[in-house]
Amino acid sequence: MEGNTRFRIFRPPKTNSATNEPIYIRFLLILIMFIFFILFLLMPLITVFYEAFKHGFSMYLNALKDPFACDAIILTLSIASISVPLNLIFGLATAWLITKFDFYGKSLLVTFLDLPFAVSPVIAGLLFVLLFSPTHGWFSDILRFFDIRLIFALPGMVIATTFVTLPFIARELIPAMQARGNQEEYAAITLGASGWKTFFNVTLPNVKGALFYGIVLCNARAMGEFGAVSVVSGNIKGKTSTIPLYIETLYMEYKTQAAFALSSLLTLLALFTLFIKKCIEFSYKKRI
Amino acid sequence: MSIQAYNVYKTFGSYKALKGVNLDIPEGKLVSLLGPSGSGKTTLLRILAGLEFPDENKNTQIIFHGEDVTYIPAGKRRIGFVFQHYALFRNMTVAENIAFGLSCKPKRERPSSEEIRYKVNQLIELVQLEGLNNRYPSELSGGQQQRVALARALAVNPRVLLLDEPFGALDAKVRKELRRWLRKFQEDIKITTVFVTHDQEEALELADVVIILNKGEIVQIGSPQEVYDSPASPFVIEFLGNVNKLKGGLNNIPNVIRNTGILYVRPHDVDIQLQVESETDYVLPAIVRHIFSAGNYGRVALESLPQREPFEAEISRNRLRDLDLKPGLKVFVVFRHVRLFENDSVYREIKI
Repeated sequence: MEGNTRFRIFRPPKTNSATNEPIYIRFLLILIMFIFFILFLLMPLITVFYEAFKHGFSMYLNALKDPFACDAIILTLSIASISVPLNLIFGLATAWLITKFDFYGKSLLVTFLDLPFAVSPVIAGLLFVLLFSPTHGWFSDILRFFDIRLIFALPGMVIATTFVTLPFIARELIPAMQARGNQEEYAAITLGASGWKTFFNVTLPNVKGALFYGIVLCNARAMGEFGAVSVVSGNIKGKTSTIPLYIETLYMEYKTQAAFALSSLLTLLALFTLFIKKCIEFSYKKRI
Repeated sequence: MSIQAYNVYKTFGSYKALKGVNLDIPEGKLVSLLGPSGSGKTTLLRILAGLEFPDENKNTQIIFHGEDVTYIPAGKRRIGFVFQHYALFRNMTVAENIAFGLSCKPKRERPSSEEIRYKVNQLIELVQLEGLNNRYPSELSGGQQQRVALARALAVNPRVLLLDEPFGALDAKVRKELRRWLRKFQEDIKITTVFVTHDQEEALELADVVIILNKGEIVQIGSPQEVYDSPASPFVIEFLGNVNKLKGGLNNIPNVIRNTGILYVRPHDVDIQLQVESETDYVLPAIVRHIFSAGNYGRVALESLPQREPFEAEISRNRLRDLDLKPGLKVFVVFRHVRLFENDSVYREIKI
């Protein structure tokens, strides 16, 4: 009689999650994470600012006011202000093309888009020297004929920087646009919207977060670029020396404090970039 | 506005989505394109909208109110299109969504912002969304989003309204309410409306004209009653509601000439009797297998004798109670209305 008619009552398990691990494993994992975090992320960050301000704020300002440093800052800003808009146009066009149209060679284009990530920046720089060098480059005759100087000058540095940062904006935009699909664009078309109107009023606002982050990221990378720019610029102090290049020069000349002072600028930029990213993620969460 | 389409073909790669479709939709009607998935119904709707173009063919023509629009793009056809998942502009409020079409008009045709605001308010009232002007689509329920999509489509004074699976993404209760609302709405504004659905119940309840598609071809056009009562092919009868299919044809039934076709009978045309009550020819001995007594009707699963082919009867719950059936009981069934199909066409129809 009994057993057949009575139901067994199961007690719920004491832990509230099926993936709970014993306390010592959790502790170990957290400890490893903290060690890595402090050693590889926090310490270097603190070192930069510590070294930069070691001899006081006035020395810090002096390091930044140094004419060569000013030239480097101005040069870096000009390169970024040219190559970021170039990449913005390229990134928007590529992402639009890849997500909204079907054509032959699309997957090839997507693969090649990652080339700048795959190629070492130094090799990229060398490549442009070989192409545009006025003495032995492939296009040396044409460049000499028109008296155009690309290598060891601003245009070459812009080209190298643009190449290295090429995928950033497109790579941010493509997944965002793909996630959105084409339905809203179709809706705009049935309502009589032109291509431009659709792009600016429907497509762009939907991906503005990704676009903005792409720009910020691209800018940070453009300002921090070392390898490719180092090769094409020739690193002439006060002429073709960007912030990263000048930091290296200072460091080589044992001007550690000045090197770290300039480094702190780039580090602040990096922190600002991350901050922007968090802001965008936060505003997304609020919307959805 | 009337719509005609002649010889519409559409291929995607090697897949033939539409294989020569002809249709004529009279003005002011509510028309349903009904078919299973892959039948080409959505492709046909998108071609009518101008979102896709038919394959190049000199005989192909799509005519809106006497005007050839075959290769005119969607934006210039003056249509209203409601997408399956509404495709509302997520970055715009309800009011901005509805105003979008008006703000797209070329400068000389564009109404002033005051007129646009007036029109938007009028439309919001029409679709009963008062007070939600400044909400974003993500803050609305599915049914509300659907109505915003409808208002947005209507804002540009379309000549025809096209809806792609309009109730597909809604839960059953909202779907029923909205269906009734759309029916009344369409009757009020009398705009020619074409909607795509795979739900036969929806098509039969809502539409004036049902166009049934299968494998890229139109298999039947008619009023809901016509297609339900006089299905043109086994596909139509099987697609429109439950039907019993007895492969043995009429030789299931004693006293009837042997046949090779397939016999179709709707469950509600099957009656169960404990004894043969009258001397009709269409009585079949059967055995009760299962009784489903929950729901609006009583359903009884039966097996024919002696072939043992399974079929179902739908009888009223009172009748079910009176009969007091038990599994394994031998009964007699009467087919009130049977259809015999042979080679995809009606061979014989018998009504009692």
